[in-house]
Amino acid sequence: MSPAIPDPNRPPIRVEIAANEDVVVVRQRAREQAHRAGFSLLETTKLVTAASELARNALEHGGGGHAEIEVVTDGLRRGVRMTFVDEGPGIPDLEAAMRDGFTTGGGLGLGLGGSRRLVSEFHIESTVGKGTCVRVIRWK
Amino acid sequence: MDRIPILKLRDTLLVTVQVDMHDKLAVRLLDDLTNMISKTRARGVLIDISALDMVDSFIGRMIGDIAATSRILDAQAVVVGMQPAVAITLVELGMSLPGVRTALDVDQGMELLRESRDP
Repeated sequence: MSPAIPDPNRPPIRVEIAANEDVVVVRQRAREQAHRAGFSLLETTKLVTAASELARNALEHGGGGHAEIEVVTDGLRRGVRMTFVDEGPGIPDLEAAMRDGFTTGGGLGLGLGGSRRLVSEFHIESTVGKGTCVRVIRWK
Repeated sequence: MDRIPILKLRDTLLVTVQVDMHDKLAVRLLDDLTNMISKTRARGVLIDISALDMVDSFIGRMIGDIAATSRILDAQAVVVGMQPAVAITLVELGMSLPGVRTALDVDQGMELLRESRDP
């Protein structure tokens, strides 16, 4: 991932993800940060949709966790970085999990692969038995 | 318990989604609509999503399920008012809502339902 430093004037927002309604809160916070980063309507919509998919993943597959959403800059441009952390069972086969249509939860399997297409940078780490951390950036 | 209201206008059911739906609310809407179609013998379902500023894969799937379930119950579902940014994002996400009839606004949606009833 490219170097991104948090914008000191725009504090990061942390959201606990423990229930269905928290996914909606994550969407709202992502929208607020997109606004602070100066995103267009389309950029905002893509970021918020990715936030929704990743928050749901953390809830459904990771048993809940938290999200951190922050405005970042690399000196030239601004963006929003979102980190989703859960302490669930982890993902044994990351490559398979990233493929469209791969699902263990009865969904459509668009969560990871789909959200990757909606952001500029996508990084996932998972340890079986420990949990999963997904970190994405969308640059303006 | 939260619910999205369903209005009945002659033989058409009208739904205007005005809140940011969490997953359970979307599932409840599918349940409620299915029950209403069978109870009222409605022939058409019009869902206005112009107030929705995001449709993710879960809500997208629910829209597809509403269309499919309506069809099986001999009713036609039309989704109207999707914002352009939402449409672009949905396609990029990997969903193109096959099998879902759409129209730009409520007027055109009602027209589509009328035409499909009296060809």
